[in-house]
Amino acid sequence: MNMPNSAASPNAPALTNGSGAAAILAAGIGSFALAVLACAGDKLAAIRNSLIFYKPTGPLSGVTTSAILIWLVSWVIFEWRWRNKTVGIGRIAAIALGLLGLSLLLTFPPIVDLF
Amino acid sequence: MEITVRGLWTLMHGMGFGALYLLACSGALVELHRFTTSSPPSEATPGQERFFKVYLLAMVVLAWAAVLTGAYVVYPWYRAAPPPGTTALAMFPQRLLMSSSTTIGWHSLGMEWKEHVAWFAPISITMVAFVFIRYGRDLKNHRQLRAAVLSFAVASFVAAGIAGFCGAMINKYAPVQGGHTIQLSQGEEK
Repeated sequence: MNMPNSAASPNAPALTNGSGAAAILAAGIGSFALAVLACAGDKLAAIRNSLIFYKPTGPLSGVTTSAILIWLVSWVIFEWRWRNKTVGIGRIAAIALGLLGLSLLLTFPPIVDLF
Repeated sequence: MEITVRGLWTLMHGMGFGALYLLACSGALVELHRFTTSSPPSEATPGQERFFKVYLLAMVVLAWAAVLTGAYVVYPWYRAAPPPGTTALAMFPQRLLMSSSTTIGWHSLGMEWKEHVAWFAPISITMVAFVFIRYGRDLKNHRQLRAAVLSFAVASFVAAGIAGFCGAMINKYAPVQGGHTIQLSQGEEK
């Protein structure tokens, strides 16, 4: 008996998951970079001063600009590597969500004050 | 009835971009869930899918507009340092909040949290929009991808909610004001 081809099944994905995984992991990395930079800038004067890209906004300008660059560069790299591949999305999504969760914690001032 | 230029920018940042984004979030969460889990015959039409893609793109624009106007237009006015010896701090919201033990928390907790957590909203929603535009209804066939996208959409909503709440409270205790006054209407004397 011929089994239906998985590609013809209505529930078979038409696209590989690599591109989505790249976007999700990069978003996690970008969020985490922002949280780490904000925390580092809060604790170390040298880093805080080096993050002043636009004086009226202060270190926030460097924290966010650097994090956005890290996010976009990592996204481009992952997209380039995984675009047409099927990757282990469960593990990647767990890492990305873990990074996002840590980021939310690291931006909460009472937690930053613990360091 | 009048408003200052700084007040108008704060209004656009908070009520224009931020609040509109928060309103849009609830609709996006419901639609994301519906589009990526529904099965025939309740499946969305291509027109509805196209509309939702535009809706998500509009949310991306709103989220970036909110954080960029916040960080580069309103925040410099908020954190401006008064000249030495200044006692009237109404034009220096950060220092006004820090001048009293009953309001300092709105800066040390509220603004310190808001100024960073808010950025998770545009990063997350940009990713959500990209994935939905790329995959569309095929997302329903990627269960784990779909779950991650929905989680980031919820995180975006939470981050924007925290920023919105803190911003509203900060502006209640130490409003950003100053600049030219714009006359909105001429009231009649009683």
